Amino acid sequence: MRLHLTSPSRGTWRLWRAIALDALMPFIAVVVALCIGALVLLGLGKDPLLAYGAMFRGAFGTASGLTQTLAKATPLILVGLGVTIAFRAQVINIGAEGQIIVGALGATAFALSFAQWPGWFLLPLTALMGALAGGLWGLVPGLLKARLAVNEILSTVMMNAIALQLMNFLLRGPMLDPAQIAAGTNIPQSAALPAQVWIERVVPRTLFHWGFFLALALAIAVTILLWRTTLGYRIRAVGFNPAAARYAGIPVATVITLAMVLGGSFAGLAGAIEVMGVHRRIVEGISGGYGFNGIVVALFGRLHPLGVIPSAFLFGGLLVGADQMQRAVQVPAALITALNGLVVLMVVSSAYWSQQRIARRQSEAARPSEAHAKDEPPLDAHLTPDL
Amino acid sequence: MEQLFTLTTLTGILHSTIRLATPYLFASLGETISQRSGVLNLGVEGQMLMGAFAAFFVVVTTGSLLGGVVAAIFVGALLGLLMALVSVSFRAEQGISGIGMYLLGLGLSSLLFRLTLGSVQSVRGFAELALPGLSSIPVLGPALFKHSLLVYVAFALVPMVAYLLNRTTWGLNIRAVGDNPQAADTLGVPVIAIRYATVTVGGAMAAMGGASLSISAVNIFQENMTGGIGFIAVALVYFGGWRPVGVMLGILLFSLVSALQIWLQLVGIGIPSDLAVMLPYILTIIALALAPRRTGQPAALTRPFNRGMA
Repeated sequence: MRLHLTSPSRGTWRLWRAIALDALMPFIAVVVALCIGALVLLGLGKDPLLAYGAMFRGAFGTASGLTQTLAKATPLILVGLGVTIAFRAQVINIGAEGQIIVGALGATAFALSFAQWPGWFLLPLTALMGALAGGLWGLVPGLLKARLAVNEILSTVMMNAIALQLMNFLLRGPMLDPAQIAAGTNIPQSAALPAQVWIERVVPRTLFHWGFFLALALAIAVTILLWRTTLGYRIRAVGFNPAAARYAGIPVATVITLAMVLGGSFAGLAGAIEVMGVHRRIVEGISGGYGFNGIVVALFGRLHPLGVIPSAFLFGGLLVGADQMQRAVQVPAALITALNGLVVLMVVSSAYWSQQRIARRQSEAARPSEAHAKDEPPLDAHLTPDL
Repeated sequence: MEQLFTLTTLTGILHSTIRLATPYLFASLGETISQRSGVLNLGVEGQMLMGAFAAFFVVVTTGSLLGGVVAAIFVGALLGLLMALVSVSFRAEQGISGIGMYLLGLGLSSLLFRLTLGSVQSVRGFAELALPGLSSIPVLGPALFKHSLLVYVAFALVPMVAYLLNRTTWGLNIRAVGDNPQAADTLGVPVIAIRYATVTVGGAMAAMGGASLSISAVNIFQENMTGGIGFIAVALVYFGGWRPVGVMLGILLFSLVSALQIWLQLVGIGIPSDLAVMLPYILTIIALALAPRRTGQPAALTRPFNRGMA
């Protein structure tokens, strides 16, 4: 961003304030959403301060809450990374729910089939198998979009429904835990994974497992991928301007497909890690809304892999806090789903406000040397990333 | 085996096809109007849930079915306005804003339900209304003409929406705005106002689709009771080539496959039910892939209008 500023002036200061405001926009969105939620709670005769107090204490205020928050942040980071990669190529991956499910199914089936293999070999392969299954689930909408121009939003929605039914079928038939059959209870869940693929807990007797650090490492890896590799450059180029990218000789269809496959494999990996680190078997509701919340996380992280980390921590905390709130003050956890929706609506709208404000301040700041500012493109405040 | 498929079965399958098609018709026809003006409203699912709750809540508390319908339309229009504000005025990425609307509707309807009604209860919804004469036609009569009022309304909307889009000035303006907003703007067509109107109407119709579940088809409200109907309704608009009659045919095909799948489960033919449930989704994907590419797709679909920028 080159801003030919000759002399610092009142206008310059206001421009920087506008840019800072733009960076703070997601936080403003969360605060506004919380305020709207408070009004709704007041209208329903609940004390919002009590509810929010219980929520934040539950998520961040206690050691056990904090470990749960970190456990929930793990799949959210992974899904958020997948959504970010796809979005950078202007591919909207709504399919994370389904990709998580097939990732969990693939990993579980694989680990159970080769249960006699040693852990050092089986554990990474199991995680990889989850990523592979998720990637495959992303390949279908990716190919459909790249080759047949089928809208990826629609195809991923269908793939979600198919994955859910596939899980329902497998957990009631082929993959149903033999112990459940023997006991006659038939609770739809698989047999426990062999112990050598269990991911160790960082803090014993909590859900906080080492998968969290894998997610952190992958966030750094994705940053390198997007800004330091040819593939990353191509992904961003296709997202920025597909026509220009094609003209520059970038195989746009392949890049779109790859972005979707990568997005799917991160969600699939999230499913595998969730199974290996938290449940140690596949249970119904394994995707736990992480697919849609992952989209919120990616947006809140401003579609930057490193932004996804604090964002996942915040929204993981909100999910944990919501459960605590429901238990402590009987305010349904669904409140958080509604607030997440508001946050998304505000964050996607805020691009417009930022763009307008920065453009205005920019012209104000550059008024002494107007000739320069004229040709500048509007600052990158839109969701489309800078190249 | 040959005993299984009698005329009575045929009537039954056709009857459930029509019944299953109803919520899709409301939602998809509303979405068709909105998409023809160039706006993809992916928040249909959330709007349906809010409509289902609003209608159910009013019927539980007042007993008035008309009140329920009015409440659904009002809430749906309100959410449609919000969607228009975000997608049209703030020019947000429409795929993402729709997810926001979905989460908002999903969360808010569950929250309100839990804090107001709390438990599952049923209401006396729209009663079955056999059309005199028509319903006594053998086989087809009971399948097509023994439904609740909202079912007939949904099917009556098909020619109405087709007429609106193809034979009125409003429809011409809607299509112009969806295909070439810049040109329409130059000719003095109020692009923004028309998009606000279509997205608002679309929201109201989506909410009616939700109401057709909660106070007509099943007469209960449950959290997340639509379970993806709203998303599929959006897909069926693409499938139907953005034409009301095409959309209806797509919906009928989808519903027929769903009805057949329910029947297969009932008679216990050896297909696992969960696999059979996948069938309509797989067919929709295949249909989307095979559909002649983008014929009829509004040229400016998902592209926000910004006067002064080509």
